[in-house]
Amino acid sequence: MGSIVLEKVEKTFGEVTVIPPIDLEIGDGEFTVFVGPSGCGKSTLLRLIAGLEDVSAGRVLIDGRDATDLAPAKRGLSMVFQSYALYPHMSVRANIAFPLKMAGMTAHEIDAKVTAAAATLNLTDYLDRKPKQLSGGQRQRVAIGRAIVRQPSAFLFDEPLSNLDAALRVQMRLEISELHHQLGTTMIYVTHDQVEAMTMADKIVVLNKGRIAQVGSPLDLYRRPDNLFVAGFIGSPKMNFVTGPVAAAHGAHTIGVRPEHLAISADGGDWPGTVGVAERLGSDTFLHVDAGDLGTLTVRAGGDVGFRHGDRVGLTPDPAAIHRFDDKGMAIR
Amino acid sequence: MSTQHSRAAARLLVAPSVVLLFLWMIVPLAMTVWFSFLRFNLLMPGTREWIGFLNYEFFLTDPAFFAAVANTLAIVLGVLAITIVGGILFALLLDQPFFGQGAVRLLMIAPFFVMPTVSALVWKNMFMNPVNGLFAWLQKSVGMAPHDWLATTPLLAVIVIVAWQWLPFSTLILLTALQSLDEEQREAAELDGAGALARFRYIVLPHLSRAITVVILIQTIFLLSVFAEILVTTNGGPGTDSTNLAYLVYAQALLQFDVGGASAGGIVAVVLANIVAFFLMRMIGRTLEG
Ligand SMILES: Nc1ncnc2c1ncn2[C@@H]1O[C@H](COP(=O)(O)OP(=O)(O)O)[C@@H](O)[C@H]1O
Ligand SMILES: [Mg+2]
Repeated sequence: MGSIVLEKVEKTFGEVTVIPPIDLEIGDGEFTVFVGPSGCGKSTLLRLIAGLEDVSAGRVLIDGRDATDLAPAKRGLSMVFQSYALYPHMSVRANIAFPLKMAGMTAHEIDAKVTAAAATLNLTDYLDRKPKQLSGGQRQRVAIGRAIVRQPSAFLFDEPLSNLDAALRVQMRLEISELHHQLGTTMIYVTHDQVEAMTMADKIVVLNKGRIAQVGSPLDLYRRPDNLFVAGFIGSPKMNFVTGPVAAAHGAHTIGVRPEHLAISADGGDWPGTVGVAERLGSDTFLHVDAGDLGTLTVRAGGDVGFRHGDRVGLTPDPAAIHRFDDKGMAIR
Repeated sequence: MSTQHSRAAARLLVAPSVVLLFLWMIVPLAMTVWFSFLRFNLLMPGTREWIGFLNYEFFLTDPAFFAAVANTLAIVLGVLAITIVGGILFALLLDQPFFGQGAVRLLMIAPFFVMPTVSALVWKNMFMNPVNGLFAWLQKSVGMAPHDWLATTPLLAVIVIVAWQWLPFSTLILLTALQSLDEEQREAAELDGAGALARFRYIVLPHLSRAITVVILIQTIFLLSVFAEILVTTNGGPGTDSTNLAYLVYAQALLQFDVGGASAGGIVAVVLANIVAFFLMRMIGRTLEG
């Protein structure tokens, strides 16, 4: 009871096509992440599913029912907005209770549900405060609380963590994943942060200029990117791309090697280079190596690797982990 | 950063304007208080004897005084009701996207720029006149007897005219407030199952509450002293049916030439206005805090 299917869904604003026709299936209970750079149409796609925007063409099916012309409230979906969109003049309690009140539940039922939701989200002590008296993380929880009390068939999140600081972001990421395991409800989560996508998703939908670049599990996308865009977008630090004769030797227009698949040695190696900046994270070291014609390559080495700025080194790609792409940027397999 | 030194300098620098404003206010007030204790009638030149509270006694026991207080309140409350309800409706309407929005918004503000005397005369002669007026013509064209606004319902006529002048002001303030409402809040409420009416009741109206308070405050200050509209339409009549405090003081001073009595009336009006202001500020303090 929470599957969502998009059939040839298209969205244009006047002359501008933001979403060219796309097909997508999201299974019941799945945690799906829409990821892509800013302005690629993630929010628009989510709003089309929510019913906040009308589709220009195509159909939206929710639970097998055609929901294309259904009002947002009738779709049985809840949404958590980037700005949280809490009602500023209402207490936390009233905010969470609002959808239930609109559904015409009795005060008694509402109270029970709000109390339960507040307990799940550690908000019990804050129920009588106004949103502006809360911290960012607490506001985020209230927004989630307002979304879960209705027991929707799916949750929609639009960049819910982008207004939080880094530490809180990691914590809320875990809390949302935990919530997904507890509730087992379908969730669609929009983000521009590939780390969020990789860590949270069952299924990632990578969007590029409104088009779906690839759909798959996080590890699928990491291991077998379909095209240059996905290869460059997924993974941190970014995959290294090499063109020219070296790529041609592998029978490709471009080859890609992830930083973790480049071995570094003091001498020998396939590609000689000079160490530039070394970023030491403790557990890992990211070395930016100037490899002449090949450009600057990023290498991921151990935390205690001894190379310094200016050292001459040799790089050797792991032959099993070389990704090959043709001149249109599509993977060669 | 405010140091001891910079604070002293700041006081010194604002002192001239504060002193000037203070004198500007206190000299007329002191003179009015002084006159209110004198027998001071322009028809009896030279007589300016001290008579204590006699002027106040006459003014406060005059049946016209109670009528004037009631009329003042009726004008303030009536105009506030019309401008706030109407202002919200117009603001909601103007907030919708439609062709020629900019031009309509501009036209909407126009009445505010018309002088009170002019607009009152236009209303009196072109709309409310029982013979030539537009309203009379409309009534006659559906076979009704024309209504003589200024003779039979003079207070209502004044309220309508003043409300027409203030409607643009409240519409403008409320429209600005409406446009500052976060679009995502509206959408969240829509997803939460709130229909148009519920969204208005639970999201829009609370959001407008500050703006409404500001409109009430500013308008009340001006509405307590409506004068020109009464002078050019009803002259406070028939009888005292449309006389408010401001007009009563005027009538006392310049129609009966009783400067002392008018001063006493003026002081009474000041006291009443301050009582109103006190309650208003408390109400506003509460809304603006929350
Ligand atoms: N209401 C709108 N009218 C016109 N263009 C819009 C509207 N909403 C979004 N767009 C355009 O659609 C594109 C995708 O926007 P959006 O879905 O918000 O991107 P994302 O959420 O991925 O950053 C952007 O180029 C944006 O300018
Ligand atoms: Mg967005």
